[in-house]
Amino acid sequence: MSDSNWTTDFLNQLNSDITIAQIDNPSTILWQIETIHWQRFAEIALQEKLRWVAGWAEQQGTQFFIHACFEKQGTYILLRTVSDEQRPSIRSQATVYPAANRSERHTQDMFGINFIGHPDNRRWTRHQAWPEDAFPLRKDFPVQGAPEAITPPDMHYPFVKSYGAGVYEIPVGPVHAGIIEPGHFRFQAVGELILNLEERLGYVHKGIEKIAEGRSPEALARLAGRVSGDTTVGHCWAACRAMEYAADVEIPPRAALIRGILAERERVANHLGDMGAICNDVAFIFAQMQFTRLREQWLRTNAKVFKHRLLMDKIVPGGVACDVSESSQALIKQDIVQLRKELADIMLAVDLSTTLEDRLYTAGYLSPELAAAYGTLGYVARASGQDFDVRRDATYAPYDQVTFKIPVESQGDIASRFWVRHKEINVALKLLEQFIDLLTPGELLTAWKTPLAGREGLGIVEGWRGEIVTYLRFDADNRIARYYTRDPSILNWPALEKLVLNNIVPDFPVCNKSLNGSYSGNDL
Amino acid sequence: MNWLIAIFQVLLFVALAPLLAGWLKCCKCFLQNRRAPSLFQPYRDLLKLTRKQPVVSEQASWVFTRAPYIIFSATILAASVVPLIAVNLPTSASADVIVLVGFLGSARFFLALAGLDIGTAFGGMGSSREMTVSSLAEPAMLMAVFTLSMAASTTNLSVGITHVLNEGLVLRPSFVFALCALVLVAVAETGRIPIDNPTTHLELTMIHEAMILEYSGRHLALIEWASQLKLMLYGVLIANIFFPWGIAETFTPAALGYGLLCIMGKLTLLAIILALSETVVAKMRLFRVQEYLSFAYLLGLLGMLSHIILEASR
Repeated sequence: MSDSNWTTDFLNQLNSDITIAQIDNPSTILWQIETIHWQRFAEIALQEKLRWVAGWAEQQGTQFFIHACFEKQGTYILLRTVSDEQRPSIRSQATVYPAANRSERHTQDMFGINFIGHPDNRRWTRHQAWPEDAFPLRKDFPVQGAPEAITPPDMHYPFVKSYGAGVYEIPVGPVHAGIIEPGHFRFQAVGELILNLEERLGYVHKGIEKIAEGRSPEALARLAGRVSGDTTVGHCWAACRAMEYAADVEIPPRAALIRGILAERERVANHLGDMGAICNDVAFIFAQMQFTRLREQWLRTNAKVFKHRLLMDKIVPGGVACDVSESSQALIKQDIVQLRKELADIMLAVDLSTTLEDRLYTAGYLSPELAAAYGTLGYVARASGQDFDVRRDATYAPYDQVTFKIPVESQGDIASRFWVRHKEINVALKLLEQFIDLLTPGELLTAWKTPLAGREGLGIVEGWRGEIVTYLRFDADNRIARYYTRDPSILNWPALEKLVLNNIVPDFPVCNKSLNGSYSGNDL
Repeated sequence: MNWLIAIFQVLLFVALAPLLAGWLKCCKCFLQNRRAPSLFQPYRDLLKLTRKQPVVSEQASWVFTRAPYIIFSATILAASVVPLIAVNLPTSASADVIVLVGFLGSARFFLALAGLDIGTAFGGMGSSREMTVSSLAEPAMLMAVFTLSMAASTTNLSVGITHVLNEGLVLRPSFVFALCALVLVAVAETGRIPIDNPTTHLELTMIHEAMILEYSGRHLALIEWASQLKLMLYGVLIANIFFPWGIAETFTPAALGYGLLCIMGKLTLLAIILALSETVVAKMRLFRVQEYLSFAYLLGLLGMLSHIILEASR
């Protein structure tokens, strides 16, 4: 599918304005530009309809390396600029790409890099856990941080205000009544109508990027598996892909197939859980119980076959740490048949429920234009007509050996996100069957080769929420110098602020659930 | 003697309300493929709550701490007006259906005040929604009950029920309309699906629960108990107005016992119907509630009209 011809045209177009140094990189196209051209590049990229994918920075000695990643037609471009300043200033790309907004704020909080002209340069990941002039991802900041006994409350965050007769504010969270992750939502409403929603995340900031530094490949894979508990396979796979690029390690075919099986099993389990949760949020509890039951059965098979319900730590650098025996293959296949049958029954009941239909259709509408502008990913994007899936458009083993459809809908409402999930389950079940049929006896693990210091890798996989992008660079002695992972939630969360507008306050929970961003993956 | 039986009936009301809630929970669990807690779990929950220390916000005024007692008492007074196992008791003779609505209204008034008192966004939101719902539900309820009043030429429930008993089993279109209206109102007033979801944890979708989010300990116990009472009250109202057969007209132990058995049977059945309906429908959008309650009002009105047109001339 990928047609990389556009890069030559793009390069020609850029060359009139910007000097680009093309750097050799095993995993992707890597271009280095002058810091002053940072924003100009984004402007031309937007004209050429490139998608903004991710942004991060890194300190190397006294220099700051600032990165951004773009994509078009399945080809990724990694853009880099280097700054020697103590407090670098760089023109913001968020003025061009709204998707870059929070990422730049994260970089600003973590590195003290100033983004000039940023539309919203309030702090983002920074709460009150470290002092104003401390930047945790700089090398002079201790790994343990300098924690005070109790982190003081973040009382004075400058939320957007609204004034007018009958306008009121509803603060929700970060502690919620349900057992969910922490996040704060600030609504401005008139009556029940939502005028504005502002998200305040960062409550589950775990310092993943900081503690990744100095880890061995195995330890990094374990850490990546804990970025977001529900995407343990996705993040772990992305990190391993990046490391394998950097170390020039090729994984055995059987290991690739098993990775595919793990990822699709994770997708099915999470989609089942989400569909149930959407039903629960509109008090259609019967369906929720049924979906929960199906998910539980699915997870129990995980436990039987892979010895872990959520498939944690099954992907390791160089291959996989589990096998699928003949009997397990039969069990998985039998399970798939069973799930198809039971799911069809439940979907019939769900489809026939007019009260459910009344709640889900037209609610939480995300237009295709907004979905594209915010660079949304996964089922959120595909329910709003964005036809992109890493598995197909930037394919990788084992997805390059099979054919499959990517379900896309264009209604953009909650129902659409619900049905896209259902279709993705069906696709995943077919993929699982194909992968099992393709399994041939073979190695599970390739011997690890210590990469040279400074080797980089960009690992991109389609997690169940959408595209996961992991960047990492090795130091000497097989140690990780820098690890950054961009969970799809980072780009999907801002879309929630937009899609709830013109909805009523009591419809927010189901809008939120239809998107189901990860707090942990966002906060890192 | 009659007063003793009246007091006994009220005590019975208060004592059985958690049991009805427990039974409803059992039915719902069964329909959702879940294992139900014990039938007596609501009693244990109430007991647990009374033992816990209530946590009260520093911002709370006397309204917040007194409200649970007022709400509980007002709901009990309301329950005393409704004939449970026997008619012609002095409590139901001394007050009529308008007083019943008044008691429920004052309980709600204090609940809404308590929701506002703390000053949290959820409390205010819940109170505002509750008042919206009730301002539409009250007229619909009165309209439904007035149909009965017109048929029996009284606003007294006890007399009205006796009238229905004496008439025997006659199919009256007005009563069918009134029954439908009252059922719709009861669902809305007791905060059941599709109007409100009593089991939800989603603060933003709550109506009743949003007002009581800040309550804990014995305060919460009283409010929970009051809402269980209210659920039972509406159940008894529906059962005894439209299907009064079995209710004791004399105060012999046998008649009273039979009356108790009958009402428990009827409530058991009503709870099953409620659980079924809660399982097959999803909660409606908040802005649909007014259409729902307007429909209930319309049914009440139709009931009254059909009484005037079809029945009153006889």
